[in-house]
Amino acid sequence: MTSVREWIASGRHAVSDRWHDAPRWMRWSVIAAVIVFFYALPNREFYQWLGPIPTTGSNFGQVLFTVSIYVLLAVGLNIVVGFAGLLDLGYFGFFAVGAYTVAVLTSPSSDLKTLWPWLLALPVALGLTMISGVMLGTPTLRLRGDYLAIVTLGFAEMIRVAATASDFLKGQRGFNQIPHPPGTHADGTPVFGVLDPRPYYWLVLTLIILVVIGVRNLNRSRVGRAWISIREDEDAAQLMGVPTFKFKLWAFASGAFIGGLAGALFAGKQNFVSSQNLELLNSIIILSAVILGGSGNIVGAIVGGGLVAYLIERFRGIEVLGIELYEYRFMFFGLVLVVMMIFRPQGLIPNRRRAAELKDRRKEVMVGG
Amino acid sequence: MDFNTLFSDFGGYTITGLTVGAIYALVALGYTLVYGVLRLINFAHSEVFIAGAFAAIWGWAALGLDRDSVASGFGSIMLYLLVGALIAAAASAGTATVIERVAYRPLRKRNAPPLAFLITAIGASIAIAEAFGIYTRRLPVGAPTVVKNDVVFTVFGAEVTVVQLLILGSALAMMVALDLFINRSRIGRGIRAVAQDQNTAALMGINKDRIILVVFVIGGVMAGVAGMLYDIRIGTLTYSVGFLLGLKAFTAAVLGGIGNLRGALIGGLLLGLVENYASALWGANWKDLVAFVVLVVLLMFRPTGLLGESLGRARA
Amino acid sequence: MRQKLVRLVGGVAIAALALGGAAACKSDSASNEAGGDGCGSKIAFFGALTGPNAALGINMNNGVKLALDQYNKENADCQVTLVPLDSQGNPEQAPGLAQQAIDDAQILGVVGPAFSGESEAANPLFSEAGLVHVTPSATRPSLADQGWKTFVRTVGNDLSQGPAAANYIKNVLKAEKVFVVDDQSAYGAGLADEVKKVLGAAVVGSDKVQGDGKQSDFSATVTQVKSSGATAIYYGGYYAEAGLIRKQLTAAGVTATLVAGDGVNDPSYITGAGAAAAEGDVLTCPCMPASETGGTFAEDFKALHGSEPGTYSDTAYDAANILLQGIKAGNTDRAKLLEFARGYTGQGVAANYKFTENGDLAPEAVRVWAYVVKDGKIVPDQEIPKS
Repeated sequence: MTSVREWIASGRHAVSDRWHDAPRWMRWSVIAAVIVFFYALPNREFYQWLGPIPTTGSNFGQVLFTVSIYVLLAVGLNIVVGFAGLLDLGYFGFFAVGAYTVAVLTSPSSDLKTLWPWLLALPVALGLTMISGVMLGTPTLRLRGDYLAIVTLGFAEMIRVAATASDFLKGQRGFNQIPHPPGTHADGTPVFGVLDPRPYYWLVLTLIILVVIGVRNLNRSRVGRAWISIREDEDAAQLMGVPTFKFKLWAFASGAFIGGLAGALFAGKQNFVSSQNLELLNSIIILSAVILGGSGNIVGAIVGGGLVAYLIERFRGIEVLGIELYEYRFMFFGLVLVVMMIFRPQGLIPNRRRAAELKDRRKEVMVGG
Repeated sequence: MDFNTLFSDFGGYTITGLTVGAIYALVALGYTLVYGVLRLINFAHSEVFIAGAFAAIWGWAALGLDRDSVASGFGSIMLYLLVGALIAAAASAGTATVIERVAYRPLRKRNAPPLAFLITAIGASIAIAEAFGIYTRRLPVGAPTVVKNDVVFTVFGAEVTVVQLLILGSALAMMVALDLFINRSRIGRGIRAVAQDQNTAALMGINKDRIILVVFVIGGVMAGVAGMLYDIRIGTLTYSVGFLLGLKAFTAAVLGGIGNLRGALIGGLLLGLVENYASALWGANWKDLVAFVVLVVLLMFRPTGLLGESLGRARA
Repeated sequence: MRQKLVRLVGGVAIAALALGGAAACKSDSASNEAGGDGCGSKIAFFGALTGPNAALGINMNNGVKLALDQYNKENADCQVTLVPLDSQGNPEQAPGLAQQAIDDAQILGVVGPAFSGESEAANPLFSEAGLVHVTPSATRPSLADQGWKTFVRTVGNDLSQGPAAANYIKNVLKAEKVFVVDDQSAYGAGLADEVKKVLGAAVVGSDKVQGDGKQSDFSATVTQVKSSGATAIYYGGYYAEAGLIRKQLTAAGVTATLVAGDGVNDPSYITGAGAAAAEGDVLTCPCMPASETGGTFAEDFKALHGSEPGTYSDTAYDAANILLQGIKAGNTDRAKLLEFARGYTGQGVAANYKFTENGDLAPEAVRVWAYVVKDGKIVPDQEIPKS
């Protein structure tokens, strides 16, 4: 048993070493191949050759869109949880702010009757989510980490209650006829139509790539180093002159921005937004995705987000021993959180530095008894 | 804002608020105890409560009291209450112990960062709640009428019922007993010692793991009794109610000063009152918002709560 | 050693891909065999089969199953199959499921979407694809006004049921103080608003609660009802919360009659509230009692499923029958079936059907009945006059 584990571990290290030692062109071509694969994925001509991968219970293109939204959210939450080490349990609240801003500004059922096009509402939505991130962060980021977690949880629940109860936000009646992103084909039909989910998926995929490039650069800059220092030891960072509060707020706001982007994209595709979209468990799903993938590692977050969202849909309609697996999904994610934290807190694809931090703490306890 | 609604039956809102608050307070004790000793928010405590609440209903059902039956006769009512409380307390304490063993102890042995505890706690909480949800097919489970809700007396125009008296009375009694236990008994002294300084306490020959287990068990017993009282008050139980109730009990604990036993009582009663008044003023659909607004405002201005954080310190 | 392993893994992967591809190919070719005679075609049911509102979805699905069972017995050589699409009543999942139905060329019509929220999210796709969807239960009035070409509704909308309930409270119960509660759902709040409009000054108070199983302690609402002194309570929402509210009201000594819409007209309401507490409560429904429709619907339903038909079982049965009659009459592509369904007239179990040009049930075809809880059973009371 142990030998098998070691064998797998050594294999994994070998893969990871080989990846890091590989020449630049080779790494780039592998990345390019992966990207091309994902652009090709929603085409029936392509995915019908992939055996059991396409979902059977729901349309595969639509599922891929949902998956891509989750990946975007996971990348955003990874900044907050993985880089800066702030446990945000209400991340989906920012998604809600983004989606609702678009809905209020564009939908004919909104009281404002502004009827803006989607593209005009997008920057407003992004701005508002960032502001809401700062507004939530300013009072709470000075608190201890565990308090922050509870307050963010409360924030997401507050948004849900407010969306359900207030007349302005329409509750479950929601906003309908939200316009789609702009653009027409040569023959005059819209690029972002009602039926074909693929353009939306490609749009989100492109944005994911842009966001990942941005986040990666941010993480390798002074900001990223400040985040790591905060995560490792906030007091020490403060002593060394890192303005911790400012950088925590930065992490919070950038995370919020990405969450809002995902919400706005969702609203632009979905046509309809109501308070039923705001289930609290969504926040938990995204968190477990980040933890599962490997918090602190962008690739880990992408894999985690994609895997979790995909598996939820893959379970749909599958019965084992007369039990619909879909029914068990939340229990499964709860167990994933526990098991991962106990056996593999660094995630499937760990961030090397983070893994080292965890190891360090382990040694501390051994010395201390 | 609708002050007419509130003042037309101010006494009624007050007594209902206190009853709700007493249940919050009992659950809040669990958060406060664990936090006082371990500096850990036991997020899964809401499921400790749910386990007790379900156990009481199923226990009564096993005794032949199903959802439509009404218990009668003083002796048998007391017997049912006692048995229900015992089963609920046992189930809750058992759940708490399992959570401690499975989810927390391995992390503690590894000196994992505090956030890791919170994440496993959330995971355990969801897994347990979902397990109950799947088992009950996500339908509400009806509780029998163990205590008939007769009006006992009227005070300031508000009718006070047997159930309300029972809940307030038993909650207060349990609080007093717990306070005495922590302050007077030998184990209580151990708990206070560990809360003050784990390592020193260990050097003094106190078995830290045992004390931690005791703390979880006590919290579980309180939550279990709260679960039974909840069944009696509401008459039905859905698997998902623990989450929100747990969050509110946690708010109550922070409100009174987390780690402070008497604070949990004050915080619980206060939150129950505030919530009930607010729902009269703005409508019951805004009720849940109040708890969170209270929590956020409180953490901004007085993060240590009304009575301050102290399990060990106050009586050192 | 490792290289060998890589090759092995690679080989297995390629083999798996090839096999999977072959399987996918096979299923594809099968799906293109939909013939012109309507044999082997499918209809879909779109609604909640799991989740908090599953009871209503299962009622409907069972109604559809009965219709299909009867059809397939009569036409044993030319069967139609049912595809269940479980939305859990969640609008977020609706587009994917709608697309799934659209992509399956053999699906000629859909019974559903069951709820108004998911209809908003799914119907634009159906309309674009020209796939007819007959909803037995989405009662939001505005659904008919959104220009969906494929929308058909076999149930009276909130505008018919709300005022009828209000008239019953006014004329039959003769209640002068009414307290109105709703669950903030599209359905419940819609009904409650209509009731408030008609009752006007007789409404002495109102409150909102949370639906979807999110709330089970209604003490704040109960206190309000109690101090308002209302003699009748209208609840807009579904049976799960209604049962709890009734139970807690009775426990607090409130004996006022609870009146509610078809979302509560389900035996689960009585189990939730307790038979004694629910006694005398009035439930309206834009559906006729089985005794009125003649026919053997209720007996057939019981024979197939072993339980009494629940709320919307009948409208779903009718919806499925409209589609099946269309297929039988040779309308075996989507465009023809759509035309058939929208132009359909005829007697069903729940109503005498006739549709407006928007696909909504014609106002004269809607008949609202009041049912009363008596000895733990829901029994028909009377038809409520239009005004």
